[in-house]
Amino acid sequence: MTVVDPKPARADQADLDKAAGRPEDAAQWTARLRESAVEALPPQKLLPDRQPAYVASWIYVFGVTTVCALIVVIATGLLLAVMGPNWWHVSSTGLFVNSLHLWSVEVFFFAMVVHLWGKFFMAAWRGRRQLTWITGVVSFLVSVGAAFTGYLSQQNFDSQWISTQAKDGINSTGAGAIFNVTNFGQMIMWHITLLPLCVIALVGIHVLMVRLRGVVPPFAAKGEAIGAESPAGSEVEA
Amino acid sequence: MSAETVTRSGKVRKLKPDRDVAPWTGRYAPYDLAKEFTIALVVVVILVGGLAVLFGSPDDKPVTVRSWSTADAVDFAQTAATELDGTSGTATYGPPYNLNGTAQSIGPLAPAKWLGVHHPIDTAQDFVLGPLSTLPDNPKVQAALAEYRSAPASQQASWNAAYEKAVANATFVGGRLVVPRGDYGPVATLIAEETAMARAGALDGALLSSRQFYGTDYTKPLLFIADGQYLANLADNQHLSGDQWGMMNETGSYPGQAWLWLYTLWYQVPPANTSDNGDIQVFAIMIVLTTLLALLPFIPGLRSIPRWTRLYRLIWREHYREVERGGGTRAAAAPTG
Amino acid sequence: MHALALVVGALFGSIIDLNHPGHYIHWGFIQMSYANALVILLMIIVFLAAILIPFRSHKGEGR
Repeated sequence: MTVVDPKPARADQADLDKAAGRPEDAAQWTARLRESAVEALPPQKLLPDRQPAYVASWIYVFGVTTVCALIVVIATGLLLAVMGPNWWHVSSTGLFVNSLHLWSVEVFFFAMVVHLWGKFFMAAWRGRRQLTWITGVVSFLVSVGAAFTGYLSQQNFDSQWISTQAKDGINSTGAGAIFNVTNFGQMIMWHITLLPLCVIALVGIHVLMVRLRGVVPPFAAKGEAIGAESPAGSEVEA
Repeated sequence: MSAETVTRSGKVRKLKPDRDVAPWTGRYAPYDLAKEFTIALVVVVILVGGLAVLFGSPDDKPVTVRSWSTADAVDFAQTAATELDGTSGTATYGPPYNLNGTAQSIGPLAPAKWLGVHHPIDTAQDFVLGPLSTLPDNPKVQAALAEYRSAPASQQASWNAAYEKAVANATFVGGRLVVPRGDYGPVATLIAEETAMARAGALDGALLSSRQFYGTDYTKPLLFIADGQYLANLADNQHLSGDQWGMMNETGSYPGQAWLWLYTLWYQVPPANTSDNGDIQVFAIMIVLTTLLALLPFIPGLRSIPRWTRLYRLIWREHYREVERGGGTRAAAAPTG
Repeated sequence: MHALALVVGALFGSIIDLNHPGHYIHWGFIQMSYANALVILLMIIVFLAAILIPFRSHKGEGR
């Protein structure tokens, strides 16, 4: 049984017809971009309301929890940005917002690690999902970098110690020539612009990959005939 | 009979259970992603709010050159002496600050050397002589500076060597630095005046704004402070030192950065814990391990661990109950609409 | 007014002050703060709970 979408109202359809979809425009970059995007991720795949029956465990909530924690990290970071980097040292409200920012980071990494453990034990890279795994690992690494620049931006004893210690590790790789951890201005700009943008982009790709490929199916059960009922030529791996 | 698959490019190959999985043709069930997201967001906000109200966050005041020289004038003077005579940690660091030290290397690779000096620091000039010359109304300092600068390098070296021996036994009495008598030329005056300047708070500014009004680069004062023992002692008391797994820790009793456990582990064991090249060795190890983690899907053996450990049987136990009850095919869990 | 100030103070201060020297576990060459050890322990507990606690959002669906 399939669900048939109700036809859009005639007026809307006329507007859509005016805007796009003429065969003579099909070679346009815009038309090709739209068609390949819609083909890869039609709305029903982008926001599905059903999942395979095996998606039935609390372990599956840790991905979305990580994303929600990231949203709170960014939101509290934006609040800190409103009043500037000195605010939380001189205002109790500022210190509270800083506390929200710190604890949301702890919750973010907590959820991310539990999510990572779950995905590892599910071997979630199977079935053309290697890129999902890789973007996840890279997101983790960039997040560590973002947290690191955050600790460096605190303008207190902790950031003094972290910067004067971390400089040795970073200098040994040559990166210290460009990435100067004792340069507060540089570190806070990486922390509030470059690295959050990278994290958001990577997490965005990661989530889209999950929608594209679907949630990984379980390993074959005992005695299960894998591929027996799949038609010959079924896709498994690119 | 082993299962086969046909790839998108038309190749037939064996289905490897740690790499491949047949597409799901079984049952689907309603799952409200938007509701799940909303509930997760509310839970996270409440959790974070609760933690912030319960525990707050740490904010230990920074060390300044003033607070350092006030709390431990002798350590400050000893450090200033090593900055002047070029024997301090920063003075002998090498790239990216200067060429007076060897860059770390691993095998033939010495990337810091290849990148060279990008943040030039001449500790004698930047940390001592330069800041002192910003005190034009102090004739004693200006005379000492003139005498030091006009002396040949060998004379400067001999004054510095003698003073460094003496300042190891310095004391601070009645607001003045006291060192055993000896022939230090103007060096004793320079260091004593630098100490007074630091205690008055004038050195912090002089280190920072050497060239511009609006500074955001604290490299010079930080390196100067870190050359002394005072900052390191404070850190050690808070269990933040490198050999205390300090990289993972936070000031006070707060949780820190538990995710750095593997990075800091290598600093606790040979060879990195004693080697001059420890930092680049640890970095190399972590590059390798991180690459293995990222490329795990392609590594036979490692990628089989989930299947071998069978924890997935717990995660998907409802699914396996259904399939195994239905006689071993996923057709038993056919879609019902 | 006094009550409101107390509430706001409690809200923006912190109820449990963690700004005192921490305690550390020493186990062989491993040293870990109590706080970090607790966080890691909680991660393991939450992970195990997540895979053990039944997830019943669609009871009886599709049977």
